[in-house]
Amino acid sequence: MASLTTLSIAGARDGLRAREFSALELTQAHLAAMAGARRLNAYITETPEHAISQAAESDARLARGEARPLEGIPLGIKDLFCTKGVLTTAGSHILDGFHPPYESTVTANLWRDGAVMLGKTNMDEFAMGSSNITSYYGPALSPWRRPGSAADLVPGGSSGGSAAAVAAGLCLGATGTDTGGSIRQPASFCGIVGLKPTYGRCSRLGIVAFASSLDQAGPLARNVRDCAILLRSMAGHDPLDSTSVDRPVPDYEAMMGRGAKGLRIGVPKQYRVDGMPSEIETLWRQGIDWLKAAGATVRDIDLPHTKYALPTYYIVAPAEASSNLARYDGVRYGLRVPGASIDEMYELTRAAGFGAEVKRRVMIGTYVLSAGYYDAYYLKAQQVRSLIARDFATAFESVDLVLAPTAPSAAFAIGEKMDDPIAMYLNDVFTVPANLAGLPAISVPAGLSADGLPLGLQLIGRAFEEDMVLAAAKTIEDAAGFSHGPGGAR
Amino acid sequence: MFLDKTTVAKIARLARVRIPEADRDRIAGELSNILAFVEQLKEVDTKGVAPMTSVVAVSLKQRDDTVTVIGDRDGILANAPQMEHGFFVVPKVIE
Repeated sequence: MASLTTLSIAGARDGLRAREFSALELTQAHLAAMAGARRLNAYITETPEHAISQAAESDARLARGEARPLEGIPLGIKDLFCTKGVLTTAGSHILDGFHPPYESTVTANLWRDGAVMLGKTNMDEFAMGSSNITSYYGPALSPWRRPGSAADLVPGGSSGGSAAAVAAGLCLGATGTDTGGSIRQPASFCGIVGLKPTYGRCSRLGIVAFASSLDQAGPLARNVRDCAILLRSMAGHDPLDSTSVDRPVPDYEAMMGRGAKGLRIGVPKQYRVDGMPSEIETLWRQGIDWLKAAGATVRDIDLPHTKYALPTYYIVAPAEASSNLARYDGVRYGLRVPGASIDEMYELTRAAGFGAEVKRRVMIGTYVLSAGYYDAYYLKAQQVRSLIARDFATAFESVDLVLAPTAPSAAFAIGEKMDDPIAMYLNDVFTVPANLAGLPAISVPAGLSADGLPLGLQLIGRAFEEDMVLAAAKTIEDAAGFSHGPGGAR
Repeated sequence: MFLDKTTVAKIARLARVRIPEADRDRIAGELSNILAFVEQLKEVDTKGVAPMTSVVAVSLKQRDDTVTVIGDRDGILANAPQMEHGFFVVPKVIE
């Protein structure tokens, strides 16, 4: 039953409850699809035995009429989430052989609600990248190609394996994490929906830390409703993460239907950057028209510090990363390269265990935090970050949501933009501000580029107003009628 | 160039990442480009602006001050590259 891998999560939920197919059949269809698509390198580790045993449990529950919210739904889990007893690599050599003795809270919440784990998806090393090429396990590939071209394209990053797996029908949905755009940019590149929730909406416990004040988990799925369904299970307060927020988790799926009527949409003029392809400008204008037609009002807004978001990010994120990654010392888990002294063992282990981009960021972070430079770099960046957050707070006095492109281009080929770290960083120019301000933001596929690749539009909302973000995204989704898939129409 | 190879060696030492002599010039160039890119923050007037400390305005929750025991020594040690008698093993630290 090949069609089982093209279902939505909502559709699969209905089909399972109506006993049209079993959870085991649904899981096996996905395991077969994964086996047939290993060329994409979307999964670092496949967990078929685990999946089959969870699916069998789901079938037993379905038979008893005790289905949980995600009963029998097969998911991919980004390899940044610790999964008890299952290899967790963060895409890095330095976590060789690491089998966590505990489960991340977000994945524990998904299993509590009946979801099935198909495997651990590929990603940029420690989530540092926008193309998935920095993975120690080799790049994940996008299932998309430019029509008439055989060139392999990047799926985006860092949640590239998750996005590729969702787009290629290798899972019904996946988890991702977003520190500077790592859910939204790959969602845009792969023609799927990706949601970064408000900072604190999901627990970070058991997610391998990159930049703790920016990292946030969220769902990737093939439509807006499926993201709403997944978020409800992933979100919630966790006593073990003091930054997770103790607020009720609403029924996002039920609230999503409110539409865009009466919503006030802001269009930030500072997001019209030099050299932005005209097709992205056109799509953005199309998004404005769709929301207006649905009863929203649209106005220009000012986010004056936008151009400083990326340089701010490239101080704050590496600073936090250099501190977080200090724990990889070859003592307690992962790789160890022997040395004559303990210092030599640390230095050799970290030299062999970290890839070039991770080393670059650890060194930048170490430098900006070092004596004599802290005020000039880190403190300054945190001040500018306050101004960026203030820009949004001011804008949100007169609008409810911000509409912008997700990324400044469609997916690029493996090998392009690879020599210049700064050119790669520019991928995140539209996504980083929401992380710096802690705001919820979604990417929804809205059209195709001239060379036939998906392009996403982004909606940014007020803190904890994921419901409104999802409602407006649903409006764009309905209006766009995006039905393209990597193999033609889905 | 914001950084020279001597500074790279110093940062590498602080970060405990061994960088071979032959790579230091190249890395000095890469790191200098990034520092040149972030340099534009100097244009922003931040006089009197409080640095961001918490992105979402919440007060930290308090919990009861009680001891929690995880007690999974073997589970934790199972990932150690080298262990003996229930301890992590490292190269000799004290001469």
